[in-house]
Amino acid sequence: MLILTCPYCGIHCDETELANGGEAHLKREGPGSSDDAFEAYLFDRDNPMGVHFERWRHANGCGKWFLAARDTVTMEVFGTYKAQSIEPPAEIVERIRAKRPDWEGRA
Amino acid sequence: MRRYSAFAIAREALRHHTGWERAWRSPEPKKHYKVIVIGAGGHGLATAYYLGKNFGIRDVAVLDKGWLGGGNTGRNTTIIRSNYLQDPSAAIYEKARSLYETFSQDLNYNAMFSPRGVLMLAQTHHEVRGYQRTAHANALQEVETEWVGPERVKEIVPIINIDGPRYPVLGGLWQARGGTARHDAIAWGYARACSGMGMDIIQQCAVTGVRSEGGQVTGVVTTRGDIACDKLAIVVAGHSGHLADMAGFRLPIESAPLQALVSEPIKPCIDCVVMANTVHGYMSQSDKGELVIGGGTDSYNGFTQRGSFNHIEETVRALIETFPIISRLKMLRQWGGIVDMTGDRSPILSKTPLGNCFINCGWGTGGFKAIPGSGWAMAELVANGEPGPLAADFGLDRFREGRFIDESVAAGVAH
Amino acid sequence: MSIRLESGGRLIDRSKPLGFTFDTNPMQGYAGDTLASALLGSGQVLVNRSYKYHRPRGIVASGAEEPNALVGLGQGGRFEPDQRATTTELFDGLIAMSQNAWPSLGFDAMAVNGWFSSMMPAGFYYKTFLWPRSFWKHVYEPVIRDAAASGLPPKEPDADLYEHFYAFVDVLIVGGGIAGLQAALVAGRAGARVLLIEQTAHWGGRAPVDGVEIDGQPADVWIADTIAALQAMENVTLRARCMGAGLYDHGFALGYERLSDHTPGDGRPRHRLWKIRAGRIVTATGAIERPLSFAGNDVPGVMLASAVRDYVVNFGVAPGRRTVVVTNNDDAYRTALVLIDAGLEVPAIVDVRERSDGPLARECVRRGVRAETGAAVMKVKGGKQVAGVMLCRANGTGGAGALLECDCVAMSGGWSPVVHLWSHCGGKLLWSDEYAHFYPDPSRAPTGADGAPFVSTAGAASGCMASGEVLADAAEKGAAAVGAAYSGDLPQTNDIEELPMQPVWVMPTGALPELRAKMFLDFQNDVKVSDVQLAAQEGYESVELTKRYTTLGMANDQGKLSNINGLAVLSQSLGEAIPQVGTTTFRPPYQPISFGSIAGEARGGTFQPLRRTPMHDWHEAAGAYLEPVGHWKRPYCYPKPGESHAEAVAREVKATRASLGMLDASTLGKIVVKGPDAGRFLDMLYTNKMSTLKPGRCRYGLMCNENGFLMDDGVVARLDDDTFLCHTTSGGADHVHGHMEDWLQCEWWDWKVWTVNLTEQYGQIAIVGPNARKLMESLGGMDVSKEALPFMGWVEGELAGFPVRVYRISFSGELSYEIAVPAGQARALWDAVLADGAAFGITPYGTEALHVMRAEKGFIMIGDETDGTVIPQDLGLDWAISKKKDDYLGKRAQERSFMTRDDRWKLVGLETLDGSVLPDGIYAVGEGENANGQRNTIGRVTSTYHSPTLGKGIAMGLVAHGPERMGEVLKFAATDGAMIEARIVDPVFYDPDGEKQNV
Repeated sequence: MLILTCPYCGIHCDETELANGGEAHLKREGPGSSDDAFEAYLFDRDNPMGVHFERWRHANGCGKWFLAARDTVTMEVFGTYKAQSIEPPAEIVERIRAKRPDWEGRA
Repeated sequence: MRRYSAFAIAREALRHHTGWERAWRSPEPKKHYKVIVIGAGGHGLATAYYLGKNFGIRDVAVLDKGWLGGGNTGRNTTIIRSNYLQDPSAAIYEKARSLYETFSQDLNYNAMFSPRGVLMLAQTHHEVRGYQRTAHANALQEVETEWVGPERVKEIVPIINIDGPRYPVLGGLWQARGGTARHDAIAWGYARACSGMGMDIIQQCAVTGVRSEGGQVTGVVTTRGDIACDKLAIVVAGHSGHLADMAGFRLPIESAPLQALVSEPIKPCIDCVVMANTVHGYMSQSDKGELVIGGGTDSYNGFTQRGSFNHIEETVRALIETFPIISRLKMLRQWGGIVDMTGDRSPILSKTPLGNCFINCGWGTGGFKAIPGSGWAMAELVANGEPGPLAADFGLDRFREGRFIDESVAAGVAH
Repeated sequence: MSIRLESGGRLIDRSKPLGFTFDTNPMQGYAGDTLASALLGSGQVLVNRSYKYHRPRGIVASGAEEPNALVGLGQGGRFEPDQRATTTELFDGLIAMSQNAWPSLGFDAMAVNGWFSSMMPAGFYYKTFLWPRSFWKHVYEPVIRDAAASGLPPKEPDADLYEHFYAFVDVLIVGGGIAGLQAALVAGRAGARVLLIEQTAHWGGRAPVDGVEIDGQPADVWIADTIAALQAMENVTLRARCMGAGLYDHGFALGYERLSDHTPGDGRPRHRLWKIRAGRIVTATGAIERPLSFAGNDVPGVMLASAVRDYVVNFGVAPGRRTVVVTNNDDAYRTALVLIDAGLEVPAIVDVRERSDGPLARECVRRGVRAETGAAVMKVKGGKQVAGVMLCRANGTGGAGALLECDCVAMSGGWSPVVHLWSHCGGKLLWSDEYAHFYPDPSRAPTGADGAPFVSTAGAASGCMASGEVLADAAEKGAAAVGAAYSGDLPQTNDIEELPMQPVWVMPTGALPELRAKMFLDFQNDVKVSDVQLAAQEGYESVELTKRYTTLGMANDQGKLSNINGLAVLSQSLGEAIPQVGTTTFRPPYQPISFGSIAGEARGGTFQPLRRTPMHDWHEAAGAYLEPVGHWKRPYCYPKPGESHAEAVAREVKATRASLGMLDASTLGKIVVKGPDAGRFLDMLYTNKMSTLKPGRCRYGLMCNENGFLMDDGVVARLDDDTFLCHTTSGGADHVHGHMEDWLQCEWWDWKVWTVNLTEQYGQIAIVGPNARKLMESLGGMDVSKEALPFMGWVEGELAGFPVRVYRISFSGELSYEIAVPAGQARALWDAVLADGAAFGITPYGTEALHVMRAEKGFIMIGDETDGTVIPQDLGLDWAISKKKDDYLGKRAQERSFMTRDDRWKLVGLETLDGSVLPDGIYAVGEGENANGQRNTIGRVTSTYHSPTLGKGIAMGLVAHGPERMGEVLKFAATDGAMIEARIVDPVFYDPDGEKQNV
């Protein structure tokens, strides 16, 4: 039963307030993209046992989408940040590296 | 391998059962096998079994990082049915169901396949149309199913409340030849038969790397040393992405816990499997008397084998609504298994970008019921290097082509 | 035989006798009794029969770990099977029935199973019942099912109510023994919000029974003082009868409060499920004594030594008059002392240890008890009650020993910390050679959202066995839970020195097979030492495999008594150390919790939230047959008395087409999309171009997901230059709104667009039929002429005095106005429409008439013509797909090879040759079979109705090359094998030129 802090409204959300939106930081591929790129965009997923960057919506709350870095095995949350991010904020990456020295970074 | 029978038990009883031999050997790994199957769950063991039985390939090792049958094979709700909508699904699940029918006799191991019937309730008009469509499809797929009205539903399951205030039961899709089996016994039966054919089942042997040369697989690195092989089958629900990563490719898969629970055992009160997809819950009763209950998957990736309590709550609510008498029964135990969900929620039985490396994964919430069919089709794929008709539509290439096998069309969420 | 003692019993009130029945025999106990103590007090030693062999079974324990004493409790709507007598508080009029015996507990016909027990070792059923194949379903399995389990299913719906509580605390402490109290005291004094829960009705746990003195006074005094101190703290909440049921990620815990189990029918909810979020959790859950494995350890009268002590001290009940104590540790000597103090006989203490001369042993000897050291029980004599024990050497093979007569055996194999809650969320364990038990490894605690440990254990749950250590540990853990180190004084205790215990897993250690086959590990499931050994011998070597093969630990008690003993026997069989073998996984709940409590208040009408349109009450009053649509309930039709649903639908369709109908369309999704980039955004969202829509006009649009499949459809109205109102399907509104926000927030976040879901802010009424304009004019207030409000236009204004927006759109093919009105006024407008419409015979119609009329017009329905696998091109909707746009959601996906194949099934109309209605979902067959032996199909029906307008069956379907095959006759396969012939026709069955709607 996760609790994630919504970076917009600041509420510590019970997971029943949230809707998960899958892997974060996927780059949209539209018309003109290769079959490989389009398939990867829609379906290939990191699915790591460990640090996962993922999308959440504070659906039963402020309605905002946000992103989270979470360990899928221990459920540790390294931080949440706004959906309008091309990549994870440096301080979250630093925090992950400090706690998971073996982490190889995002695939 | 000595045969099991009532006479064997009587004979052993006279000597305090000291004469029973091991159900499967516990060998040291050899240096090389023709085929290595990673994953000694139901699907992996069945793959090995049919490699031996159908293709005479017995130089096979089945590796597992833990104990055999320790993953989803022993954590599911044991439902067996084949009333799927799409042709490829109906074909492989019906193959599985028919093999389950004779499993105990074929393998001389009583897996207690019990064709007690599976009833999928329709509680909206939309669901009625969906199940009627499935019944029509099944009739052409050699899958015996039947659309039944609410009165017949009540006859089949007297404890059901068909007049609930929110979602009255409008009918159901009835597969009389579906049912349940003793899940652990499926793994044990296959393991014993594989061992009996001379295959090596190597437990406590984690694969940590995949070796290849010139784009062809050559072996695996394990915690018990390097083992070479000509062909490799990856059959590791819950860890498929991890293994694919070692083999150098990615999968259209995300993993999440799926939960189940049982009640305290009671005398028989429900004689078939009932699935209620509108309200999200399904239930049957084990031979021991426990009500076996399954619900939904966590909405987010996870590998904890726990899952969130709100899913339990949702499922139990749904089932009290459907079966009011269970309110005063008690939940004895809840648990979770990690399921691999693909982009279209249908499985993958496929060649991979690595030569002679094959993968069987992505069974989502429906893996147990598929085991014999999955093993049959996988053995064919591994032995021939190309998929047979059962596996043909389940290749990885379908995601690129947009050729999906989407079962959510009619069946809602649950398996 | 067990008896109620003349005096004593710290928990009972002898001035308040309570009557109850067991198997219809009237019995008596006292307020404060558990059902178990009352049964024993009434001389009832035999309480149940075992699962497999139907062996007589008595009460073994005094708490949650009890494996045998499960009864059917109550009657009718308050009947509950498998109620544990040791955790059931006695109340006046309690009715209990034994469960697993026929015709009676004393004479059980199924006890013949016991004669054949040698034929029923672990897993025997995997090896037999194989032939003939049909016998499993028809003969063997029914017999096994009927014989298995014990509790009866309830017959009636639950008469009680349940509720949920939510709690947010800094520190949750589970367990109200002296450890929990001490931890709560420390955390509470530090100012933290503390919730302390205790599963029984009493605080203080075992300490008072064990003779603990704290600060020079009996433990009861310290307990009462501590409770008083805690109650005085506003930041501390105490709940008795509230069990810690489970621990989950991120500090979530379940509390299971049994509010009125002991006062049934008093109007309070029966159970209350606490959903607790705690910053830190301290489990002070104590320890459970282990049985010993000797032959006949399951005969009624063989009990845990601590339980014997509990019954004497707490309830003034003697489980027997002559009790032999069997032990491998000093603690059990306390039981001997308690028994002697109560004036009962202890003929011997049988101690496996060669040396036993600790203070407790010396006191027993001083009191005249014979201590047999290095000794063991070879077997227990007796059937339905202990008659005596045969003694032997502890390290021998059994042999003939001396018989010692007794009617009770108090056994102690040492203590195991209750580590369940610790383990639920991933806490790991260590093995203690000193105490032969698993205890929590503080360095591998469950971790929370911040990666730091959030669970700790206190007292016996940590593995502390002496009360001084317990209190010190609890103070430390209580302080640590609030981020401090404990520095205060500690209460002083009178701990007595105890000699080391000596693990003994099989008694005697060299016992021969016939003895091992009578040593029970799991009492309820009849799993014996020999069964575990057989599992190991056959290769079921992992502890999980052994458990599953033998069913060890899988009964109602979930192995609270059997797990450690079982895995010790397994590890001996494998020649491995116990820690290497490991434990099975602990899963919630700690003890079974009622399904009712899990569901809480959400039952019946409140099972799920009900969404109601402003006209909902009118529909109900009008006798509408309602169907669930998402969380809405919508009228399917309005049957008149004596009218079938089909007849009602036909009447509604005909009346609408002939004159005038009305529909409550309020559930239709209404999403406002506004901003300078709104047009650009909708161009991405819909397949067609919305940015070119003129204000005042409406356009039908299709929405696909990124995977290319049609997801939703609806009419978009442009309200002004930068505002659009998007109508969605009833079921799709929330999803579509979420979808919009997803793309706006996560992909095109620099676009200036805002969305609001206004679905519930407006009621919407469709006025449909040739007389629609006349009715609008009669309502008055706006110009609804063809010129002022043409087809696919909208206007805002006042209608019959209501502020409205009127859309001239049609889903039926008739002249039609959809009127949006603020939700608060919708019902009034509905009534006004009804009143004025009476002149035209206005007929309210439901969703089915809506569907029939749209099908007559060949309009697609999301969910019928689409199912998540259909792209707009399949439905002949290419006209709604802009060719001019570079991009829209789903466009790239629709370019994939399988999406562009020319043999995709495409939308057509279908008519049977005889005018009958095609069955729903029926498939058209092609030639031959596919490689899997399945009949090839070439199409299927997506919608099928009887058209009252045309007087025949009409259908829509998807057919391979369909539109090129107009006029062809296809064969559709009914489930009974019959073939139904139907002709491919244009899907627009009614008014193909649109003359009716465009007037």
